[in-house]
Amino acid sequence: MNTAPSPVFEVRSLQVIRGGSLILNIPSLVVTEGEILVLIGPNGAGKSTLLQTLSAVAKPSRGEIFFRGQKIGADIPLLQYRRKLAMVLQEPLLFDTTVYNNVASGLKIRGMKRNEIEPIVAKALERFGIAHLKDRSARTLSGGEARRASIARAFATNPEVLLLDEPFSALDPIMRETLIEDLEKVLRETRITTIFVTHDRMEAIRLATRLGVMNAGEILQTGSPDDVMNHPANEFVASLVGVENLLHGRVIKKNERSFVASVSGQDIEAMGPMQLEDPVILCIRPENVMLSGSVPGNGAGAVNTFPAHVVRVTPMGPYQKVQLNCGFQLVTYITSHALSALSIKQGTEALASFDANTVHVISKGSPASSN
Amino acid sequence: MDLIFEGIKKAFWLLVSFDPEVLGITLLSIKVSGSATLISLVIGISVGASVALTRFPGRRFVVSLINTGMALPPVVVGLFVTISLWRNGPLGFMGILYTPLAMIVAQTVIATPIVTGITLAAVQQLPAKLRLQILALGATRLQMLWILIREAKLSLLAAVMAGFGGVISEVGASIMVGGNIKGYSRVLTTATVMETGRGNFDVAIALSIILLLLAYLINLVLTQVQQRERRR
Repeated sequence: MNTAPSPVFEVRSLQVIRGGSLILNIPSLVVTEGEILVLIGPNGAGKSTLLQTLSAVAKPSRGEIFFRGQKIGADIPLLQYRRKLAMVLQEPLLFDTTVYNNVASGLKIRGMKRNEIEPIVAKALERFGIAHLKDRSARTLSGGEARRASIARAFATNPEVLLLDEPFSALDPIMRETLIEDLEKVLRETRITTIFVTHDRMEAIRLATRLGVMNAGEILQTGSPDDVMNHPANEFVASLVGVENLLHGRVIKKNERSFVASVSGQDIEAMGPMQLEDPVILCIRPENVMLSGSVPGNGAGAVNTFPAHVVRVTPMGPYQKVQLNCGFQLVTYITSHALSALSIKQGTEALASFDANTVHVISKGSPASSN
Repeated sequence: MDLIFEGIKKAFWLLVSFDPEVLGITLLSIKVSGSATLISLVIGISVGASVALTRFPGRRFVVSLINTGMALPPVVVGLFVTISLWRNGPLGFMGILYTPLAMIVAQTVIATPIVTGITLAAVQQLPAKLRLQILALGATRLQMLWILIREAKLSLLAAVMAGFGGVISEVGASIMVGGNIKGYSRVLTTATVMETGRGNFDVAIALSIILLLLAYLINLVLTQVQQRERRR
């Protein structure tokens, strides 16, 4: 029998007002058992405020939070509720004592006995690869070690829910990568319900079972990472999830399952039930734009194939970002090897193409959808 | 120069001979100033940490009062404690004026704002999110307060040093409320003032050296603890 996962959190009409400004406004949010909900958004989007409110260390101005069906602060006392969660903040915020004592701190706070604490802490230290640091002062740890200790401290309390507020920010890429790898492994193993806040899109896609995009205190869209990445609800979400080609146009032709929109005088075909004259935003992920050398008669004029002038080539590590002018601006990424094989450089001509099925359409003026 | 030399010689002799009067004065100084420091630590740390962690109307005014209190002139404290403890004063019924207890009260009044002010600054300097982190670890408000105080322990040791240094060296309040009664309420500072007045410079110098040594030894111990904590 297939049973739906039960809700862990249920948020209703949650609002946080600070200094007269509405900084968080969540009409509804449900987080289910075992889910890893990753929230991304710019600074000031309200991500941290949401985590702090959910963890009951900050008070909401309005609204209710239910934890496993119990209203927090009413059906379940705040302290009892807080002890079911663990939160890791942006800074490690370790106490001025040994790593062991730091990892044990949550357990000591709960009044556990020394002999009960020892095996739990040993396991947490082992799990995050810091057992050899247990007697070291937290002050002497490197940034990565301190983050590990901070995450181990959270896991040691065996929380039902883990709230992570950008725990990997300000780490060097290698350290970050190994920490994400370890956390990913532990999260998959433990299947602990997690809400993770980050700025990093790649980190989000990697960890999320559900992805949420926040801005100005609101959740604009939630869905599977694939859904949010490829079908953003609005222009803001699209730009935040890396859709660099956002083309504004108007429907000029309607087919059975597709339509043609005019964008800066060029005709672009896309799929969807649009009406004539509908204003649309066509979202094309740069990785879906293909580039080929410009040879007369090699496909120009075919559907969604455009002669392109190479405006700029920017090295982006293993890839090259190529900015094109096809009558409208288009961005794509190709490998350095492909770039040289196609003899593409700034000022040359090329052909850019993309499949109509990879074009996501946003109706202009449509409200942001949220799953 | 001879006077100073004689004073040092006398001090040395008084120390090595365990002169009962000097020993009594020294022990009373430690007892009075130590008790006052301990009481001021209990009050000052509680009040300082509470003010640091709460937001309320008039908080800035309270903080400025505490900071002003850090520079409270001992004679002013002596005057008001004397009036309060005077036979007809509001606390006159206690009958403790011109006793070591009155000196403890006066010195507590002097040390408490010092400890409060330093605690306030120390707790405010802790990362703002540390509080959230402690609560998120499942701490009660009282546990949070205790952890924050522990985190500020280096600065709080400075509060102990400043508080004790402030009261062991003050003379105005102690002489006013203690009366400098021989064998009863005479402490190092009041005895030094009296001996200087009498022209017994050698004894005054001896008492001053003991006072300096006492202050130095106590601060040395506290500094050792502080620096060991810093190195950890």
